[in-house]
Amino acid sequence: MALLDVKDLRTTFRTDDGLVKAVEGVSFSVEPGQTLGIVGESGSGKSVTCLTIMGLNDRRSAVTTGEAFFKGDDLLTMPSSKLRSIRGNEIAMIFQDPMTSLNPVHTIGWQLVEAVHLHQDVSRSQARASALDVLKAVGIPRADQRIDDYPHQFSGGMRQRVMIAMALINNPDLLLADEPTNALDVKPQAQILKLMGTLQKEFGSAIVLITHDLGVVAEIADDVVVMYGAQVVERATVNELFARPSMPYTWGLLGSLPRIDHDVERLAQIPGSPPSLLNPPTGCRFHPRCKYAMSICQSVMPELLAAGGSATHLSRCHLDQATRDAEIKKLESGHFAEVT
Amino acid sequence: MSDDLLVVEGLKKHFPVTRGIVFQRQVAAVKAVDGVSFTVKRGETLGVVGESGCGKSTMARCIMRLIEPTAGRVEFEGREITGLSRHDLRPLRREMMMVLQDPYASLNPRKRVGSIVGEALEVHRLGTAAEIKKRVQELLDIVGLNPEHYNRFPHEFSGGQRQRIGVARALAVNPKLIVCDEPVSALDVSVQAQILNLLKDLQQEFGLTYIFIAHDLNVVRHISDRVMVMYLGHAVELAGKETLYHHPLHPYTGALLSAVPVPNPEAARSRQQILLEGDVPSPINPPSGCWFHTRCPRHHPGVCDVLEPQLAARAVGGHEVACHYPLERWPMSAAELAGSLRPDAA
Repeated sequence: MALLDVKDLRTTFRTDDGLVKAVEGVSFSVEPGQTLGIVGESGSGKSVTCLTIMGLNDRRSAVTTGEAFFKGDDLLTMPSSKLRSIRGNEIAMIFQDPMTSLNPVHTIGWQLVEAVHLHQDVSRSQARASALDVLKAVGIPRADQRIDDYPHQFSGGMRQRVMIAMALINNPDLLLADEPTNALDVKPQAQILKLMGTLQKEFGSAIVLITHDLGVVAEIADDVVVMYGAQVVERATVNELFARPSMPYTWGLLGSLPRIDHDVERLAQIPGSPPSLLNPPTGCRFHPRCKYAMSICQSVMPELLAAGGSATHLSRCHLDQATRDAEIKKLESGHFAEVT
Repeated sequence: MSDDLLVVEGLKKHFPVTRGIVFQRQVAAVKAVDGVSFTVKRGETLGVVGESGCGKSTMARCIMRLIEPTAGRVEFEGREITGLSRHDLRPLRREMMMVLQDPYASLNPRKRVGSIVGEALEVHRLGTAAEIKKRVQELLDIVGLNPEHYNRFPHEFSGGQRQRIGVARALAVNPKLIVCDEPVSALDVSVQAQILNLLKDLQQEFGLTYIFIAHDLNVVRHISDRVMVMYLGHAVELAGKETLYHHPLHPYTGALLSAVPVPNPEAARSRQQILLEGDVPSPINPPSGCWFHTRCPRHHPGVCDVLEPQLAARAVGGHEVACHYPLERWPMSAAELAGSLRPDAA
């Protein structure tokens, strides 16, 4: 049984300007010990998907439907007391910005101990001992001294490690990481990714990793969900996605990455900007920016269907298989610029 | 006219650390930039990479004379600008412009796009109000924005569009040199590609020279002709981009390259990363000898912690490196890196 099974998740926000459908029919599942990458531009609904699963949306303005089964229980309908006992314990979240997610007026030791006390009935000294252990596990040098430091005394990479330590302290089965390496340099980014990989092996947690960087996905994900305009547009295993990306938006994302292993004069940019979810385009959400758009794309929303003859590979596009195969051929020879 | 647009020699910036309230004694100095020398040729792009805190941005600010360097010379078109008074500097300000990192913080939220982009034109008195308006609309068009948006406020634009406004502002007075300080690191991958393409197009069209500061090695490789790697206020390696990325000589460059994410699952998982131990040392109290020796897998006790290496040409093609024991080949695994050349291993 999947650890987390999300089915047809929909989140709508009531705003002064009207209804914003931030997540529309998102489904995916995560097996124990696996890593799922969710990729998309800002505003594609990837963070809201996570917040919805965690029940962290504002209850007054957000309306959620669908199902999110965690170990067989639906997170979306369970009473909030039960959800609270799961949150931070069995499911933990790493937030994007390590500076604003840590409390500046308490030492990190205090904050870690608080996380332990919320979910475990242990003494202060035991809680502090496990805080120290987890700080050592995430590679904070001189952890026994630094445990009494305040967040501002840490560098960005170190603060992100503290965030990871806080998420791991109760040994969660599922870790939701929202752009954990976004604010970081290449070097600490590589260290954090490697750290998450080792910790996953050690603790056997499953990870849902949200990012806009396909390079990061290639690094640690097992399965990938590509989101665009509040919907899933492609879903595949990581090898399938990079070997046979099967819709124009994914091609665009791959083409816009400057790569150290390829030389191109111009990057293949995706023209325009992401759609407004207040008033999304009719038909395929991507058609106003898509170079392959046909007349059907403007009126009919494509379904998420099997692509490339693999059961694990789904994509949402009207293009016929022959055209896609031809484009994937071009991609393989490194001609990203010609594709989009 | 010489080929070099900008010559920087021995540039230093030390920020004083003071103690006391009335009599502020200087007790130490943060050596943010500590002796950097390089030249930038007309029409080329010099990429500058390094971790945060290595002094990239401080260096850029010193070159622009936004802050006063502690020591060193900066020559722009053969003319030394380090000693110039504010008055004498003013005409030169037109020649060098800057694109800043955060497109949300670097545009005044209370000004309209027209006056943000046209401000430099007004300051330098380059035309009447009507001419300035025409020029601003032309600039908005050049960077791919709608000229009709002249009267809008920054908050009405997305991150990528704001960065285009930042580029238009830098272009307004036809500068020769544009210093881009992490211009794309706050942007999504797809928008980042748009801005990088725009910068490349503008360079071809107007013959611009860029100093491009970034921490993303993929981005720097894409846009640069030559690349300088900085560590703790020093330039540790400077070479043409092909040379630097294919045959790095400095162990720090090697470690950085080994950590770059590659969008290819098999390659990403099979490559060996060279992980550096510990954090970047404090620039208040930098290590003796080679600045990198505390984290260097190849460091030789008795040499690296005593002698300060100089940035010097080590190979053909002006490949400069500041290292006593540069890499013999690339790629190298972490074990080879550490094992080779160690006296006890030999």
